[in-house]
Amino acid sequence: MILARVTGRITSTIHHKDMQGRKLLILDKLDAAGEPTGGYVIAIDTVGAGAGETVIMLDEGNGARQILGVPNMPVRSVVVGIVDHI
Amino acid sequence: MFLGKVIGRVVPAVVYEGMTGVPLLWVQPLDKRGQDAGLPFVCADGTRMAGPGETVYWEASREAALTLDSTFVPVDHAVVGIVDTIQLDGEAGP
Repeated sequence: MILARVTGRITSTIHHKDMQGRKLLILDKLDAAGEPTGGYVIAIDTVGAGAGETVIMLDEGNGARQILGVPNMPVRSVVVGIVDHI
Repeated sequence: MFLGKVIGRVVPAVVYEGMTGVPLLWVQPLDKRGQDAGLPFVCADGTRMAGPGETVYWEASREAALTLDSTFVPVDHAVVGIVDTIQLDGEAGP
């Protein structure tokens, strides 16, 4: 898992069937100082994360599919926690 | 998942079994502001509805093949959805 900050959202009407109703967040990846590294990733939100929050993102397919409860879902990146403090 | 722009369609003459009929797109990866980021690659189209000029989000690695009907196929990038809007907090989107 990595730390990331929520910096945006994406909306989509036409998508793979398993993506129906999923909330997509744009996350900036963070370095050890908590600053954006310049990299980003689009992840599915499972915890209700919002703008500016630091979150924990899982970037592994098998775990992601277990959390979302959908076998064979084409997703790797899932927000699995909101950070209180580090 | 990451953002990309469809810059062309790829029409193969011969494909590996299981990939017959799968639409292939040429996709330019983008950063979150819509600027080009890296070299284009060939993507299977998991939506089967994307076309040139559209902004899409794509997935790489093993998960890419899971967008297709036959999931045990040699595919490493796939379009998962077509982007309607990108909202960036505190700045104008692309």
